[in-house]
Amino acid sequence: MAFQNKEQAQAYWRENVSLMLKLLAVWFLVSFGAGILFVHQLNDIQFFGFKLGFWFAQQGSIYTFVLLIFVYVFKMNQLDQKYNVQED
Amino acid sequence: MDLQMLTYIIVGLTFALYIGIAIWARAGSTQEFYVAGGGVSPLANGMATAADWMSAASFISMAGLISFMGYDGSVYLMGWTGGYVLLALCLAPYLRKFGKFTVPDFIGDRYYSQTARTVAVICAILISFVYVAGQMRGVGVVFSRFLEVDITTGVVVGMAVVFFYAVLGGMKGITYTQVAQYCVLIFAYLVPAIFISLMVTGNPIPQLGFGSTIEGTDVSLLDKLDGLSKELGFAEYTNGTKSMADIFAITAALMVGTAGLPHVIVRFFTVPRVRDARISAGWALIFIMFLYTTAPAIAAFARYNMVNTLNGPDHQGTLVSEAPTWVKNWEKTGLIKHEDKNGDGRMFYSGDARNEMTIDRDIMVLANPEIAKLPDWVIALVAAGAIAAALSTAAGLLLVISTSISHDLLKRNLMPNISDKAELRYARGAAAVAICVAGYLGINPPGFVAEVVAFAFGLAAASFFPAIILGIFYKKMNKEGAIAGMLAGMVFTIGYIIYFKGIFITPMAANIPANWWLGISPEGIGTVGMLVNFVVAFLVSKVTKEVPQDVQEIVESIRYPKGSGAATHH
Repeated sequence: MAFQNKEQAQAYWRENVSLMLKLLAVWFLVSFGAGILFVHQLNDIQFFGFKLGFWFAQQGSIYTFVLLIFVYVFKMNQLDQKYNVQED
Repeated sequence: MDLQMLTYIIVGLTFALYIGIAIWARAGSTQEFYVAGGGVSPLANGMATAADWMSAASFISMAGLISFMGYDGSVYLMGWTGGYVLLALCLAPYLRKFGKFTVPDFIGDRYYSQTARTVAVICAILISFVYVAGQMRGVGVVFSRFLEVDITTGVVVGMAVVFFYAVLGGMKGITYTQVAQYCVLIFAYLVPAIFISLMVTGNPIPQLGFGSTIEGTDVSLLDKLDGLSKELGFAEYTNGTKSMADIFAITAALMVGTAGLPHVIVRFFTVPRVRDARISAGWALIFIMFLYTTAPAIAAFARYNMVNTLNGPDHQGTLVSEAPTWVKNWEKTGLIKHEDKNGDGRMFYSGDARNEMTIDRDIMVLANPEIAKLPDWVIALVAAGAIAAALSTAAGLLLVISTSISHDLLKRNLMPNISDKAELRYARGAAAVAICVAGYLGINPPGFVAEVVAFAFGLAAASFFPAIILGIFYKKMNKEGAIAGMLAGMVFTIGYIIYFKGIFITPMAANIPANWWLGISPEGIGTVGMLVNFVVAFLVSKVTKEVPQDVQEIVESIRYPKGSGAATHH
């Protein structure tokens, strides 16, 4: 392991897990939240010709998923740099 | 040139391309055979993963299902894409760092137990066979409709092509062939969608056209569909009929099942570094997104066109003598049936007692270009795309089966001393046998293929996913807990499905919402199975022996990216 000490390693892991949980919260909100649990409420809102809840269920959630993965990759690469554990 | 000739030419050209790639990229070692030498670029890997993932079910069936289910069809869209977020964030980088070949490898080593490995091998083989049978069937349907050969001949030709490049090329051949197959299938999916979107709404982008107004009117397509559905006695297109609890459970089971499918996970062993594993999932999902955001648009257009051509512009039904050619063509395959109940010589389609049509949902994507009267070359292209989707997935699954047998069962379990060369021979032999079994299942489908697909997802969700997640994020999870969890999750899920679906036995209760536990259908029960697995694993691990120190150190090491190296030998 390339960490200077155990605290560094633990700090890296904590930041990693916290990033993951934040992104998973968004993942849950757009799909299970907007697309399922609150779909009826959101369907009262019009969005580019779609009912908003329906749009999240069939389009919006998928776009958000892609975005989430790329944010994760970007942030993790930054984190690897910060703790100097990036691969060559 | 007629349609059949064109289809032969286009399908023939794509086959020649796949075989050419297979010869160029044949595998020389077990490492190349199992994980393509661990040196595939993330972009190519993403594309191959997308082709691997998008099966005959995604290409042929999904838009058709959504077309008939409306909002309820969203479970497939969210379920089969949302799983990639779980894969990218919670599984892929750590499994890549772990650096072995297969999912049973991880389970067996992390839980220091041959029993755990064996349970995992059995799950992997079961899930993969269920899937592959469906793919072969898909190839058969396309061949029988467009090349007008019988389904058996179609399946045999498909088997021969897959045999050639999977057995020869292993993962390396499969990966590069899948890149080509992705290009074929996405082109074949988007071209008719763009044409039809233009025709119906005047907007060339299906994702936007789907929300636009119908060409020449000021009524939006979705409002029109809601109205038509009501008039004909269906549920509103944008509302559906399933209960919220069931939609929630099915979506979760499909997401978690996706993240636990062995042929998807193994993809992340083929890239050089941990950071490549992270980005690979991102590329894969972008490539998948193109098809998955187009599918609901196709579903809506197809619904609108189909109802209009069947019921006619005045909604009184179309005379049988004036039936469109697509209806006549598909009637020959038995996938459309018309029964003139009121004897007026007209076809009428509705969701109530007036209905006279039986339409198989699987034909919507294939018939769509014909319904919209698109040129013949587009129809031929769709046939080639459907075959590409089925073959690419079949090949990936066959590799999982052969790897499970030669590597997990023989090398790591029964014959630990065999040489690399001998292992490669066994891998090829196992792939060959698996293709024959899959072909047999494709020709003689065991009647319940559709049900068993849901079964495969439930199984993956209830067995692999919790075992892998706990293996990475919970250092104290021991072998007793993991094995008990996997078994409990599996037994619960299989039991619930058999109870209602009656695979091998007669169902013990009618498969209707009133009978379901908490209103959750057998399709969604994998979600509960997964929770059962987590709880049992946790409780058992609390009362049994602690995890050995060296295993805890392995878990520690997979959490940091440095020093992953190529997928290594043992």
